[in-house]
Amino acid sequence: MSIAIYIAVMAGVTYLIRMIPFTVFRKKIRSRFLKSFLYYIPYAVLSAMTMPAIFFATGDLITAAAGTVAALILAYLGLPLIVVALSASAAAYIAWLILSVL
Amino acid sequence: MKGRHFLKGLTHGIPVFLGYLSVSFGFGILAVKSGLTVLEAAAVSLFNLTSAGQAAGVGIIAAGGSITEMVLAQVTINLRYSLMSLSLSQKLDKSFTTPRRLIASYGITDEIFAIASAQPGVVTPWYMYGMILISTVGWVLGTVLGAAAGSILPAEISDSLGIMLYGMFLAIILPPARKEKSVLAAVIIAAAMSCGIYFLLPFISSGFSVIICGIVTAAVCALLFPRDDEEPDGEVQP
Repeated sequence: MSIAIYIAVMAGVTYLIRMIPFTVFRKKIRSRFLKSFLYYIPYAVLSAMTMPAIFFATGDLITAAAGTVAALILAYLGLPLIVVALSASAAAYIAWLILSVL
Repeated sequence: MKGRHFLKGLTHGIPVFLGYLSVSFGFGILAVKSGLTVLEAAAVSLFNLTSAGQAAGVGIIAAGGSITEMVLAQVTINLRYSLMSLSLSQKLDKSFTTPRRLIASYGITDEIFAIASAQPGVVTPWYMYGMILISTVGWVLGTVLGAAAGSILPAEISDSLGIMLYGMFLAIILPPARKEKSVLAAVIIAAAMSCGIYFLLPFISSGFSVIICGIVTAAVCALLFPRDDEEPDGEVQP
């Protein structure tokens, strides 16, 4: 089968999944439960995506743990996104340097 | 107004651009290994703009899977975007007409959604366009570089960059969790569930796990800590 067909199907499905809820829901939701539910969705989804995946993100548990600790501390302190993200990478890289010397 | 919002979106998209550049680099390598050309890999990234769905997609292409399998895999892995789109649809400026919604819905990714929903008040079309544009450029550019050059960076550096996006996620969820106990509860419940599924129910795919954890956690928190305030994220003053 042509790769172009696969790509078209993938793209079509992915677009519809995003587009339908975004375009169809025009009214403000009144239900207190639904509003609360939608308020918590981003935190729940992002947390579930981060744990435990962050520990496998560098391909090595120890360097990933170093990056995770750095990210947790700096994020908790409220530093900007890019600072937290780059510091996590730097911590993981430094951990790799230390490990390669040991 | 449009220009100012567009510029703000571009600026807010810079961390996403950098993160995507490194993540899609890995996707580019994977896609070429799976038998796609550089152009095909770039097309997948341009038309899908999603990491997990694309990785699964090229796996299905490489295995010669059926179209049904492709559709089911994409629906399962990407269903979380429906939740995000629905959540974000509540936060849109009045100027978001149907054609503008059709355009902006293309670019609802985890990271773009996270940053847009963290904005105080409403989000405008041009803010979304700016953020989506710079993020898409990073995503496609990284794919092309990864696919064409194989590996420009030493492995330990590209491995270290792999943690960037997760660091960004933590930077988004932890400051509000520190302020509000209910958000902290959501973060902890979702993380615990996700780890539980990963280690105890490994047959559940990561995309499906995110859907389960997201829905259950948000429902539990909505029941335990319903929100009263009518002001949308009103604590930050302009």
